[in-house]
Amino acid sequence: MTTETRLTIPGNPHAVHEALRGLAEGALSGLAEAERNTAQIVLAEVLNNIVEHAYAEQGGGIDLLLWVEAGGLRCVVTDRGAPMPSGRLPKGRSPHPGDLPQGGFGWFLIRSLARDLRYRRAEGRNELSFCLPS
Amino acid sequence: MDLSAEVRDGALVIRVHEDRIDAASAIDFKDRMREAIRDPAPVVVLDLSRVAFLDSSGLGAVVAVMKLLAPRKLELAALSPTVAKVFRLTRMDSVFTIHPEAPR
Repeated sequence: MTTETRLTIPGNPHAVHEALRGLAEGALSGLAEAERNTAQIVLAEVLNNIVEHAYAEQGGGIDLLLWVEAGGLRCVVTDRGAPMPSGRLPKGRSPHPGDLPQGGFGWFLIRSLARDLRYRRAEGRNELSFCLPS
Repeated sequence: MDLSAEVRDGALVIRVHEDRIDAASAIDFKDRMREAIRDPAPVVVLDLSRVAFLDSSGLGAVVAVMKLLAPRKLELAALSPTVAKVFRLTRMDSVFTIHPEAPR
């Protein structure tokens, strides 16, 4: 991936599914396999959270901007949904495997794999920026 | 979501013919699995060899199937690198028996 990749998708699970498949076969295809896998996991969790929480399954546009920088793949994801509760990113504590949890892994996975996470709420938009180390 | 099932050495082996189990397909996966596990085999092996990607919704769906099946056992087989990574990071690899390859 030599230049930046920009795309806008509708905020629903099917569009997220198609966008990730497209990125894996397109813009991310030049990355090393482990890096591409990590990017897919983190982007899936970030996008699913926007669909489920920021847009509360009512839909809305999501903008993605990706580029390779020193140290990894920089991702900036923007939506016009509800702000993060208390204006901060969730801590993402790991659910206990023995409890057989069926959810609550999203932010744990994002925080485990992404670096330099930054969240900003401005002009009715959520902007999440992070780096996926190479 | 396309699944196929066959009994091998007393275990019901269910293969997922889909490359992704994610937020878009997790509910369908659970519904299809509910039908597939009607066979009374004591052990069900989920062959994930064709699944290249699974997100936390997909992981939650696999855990839901495990609970549906109890007290019978759900085992997993042939995890791709990305799927294995999600199980390892969340430590959910500690609650499943995971086979490197699907029974043949």
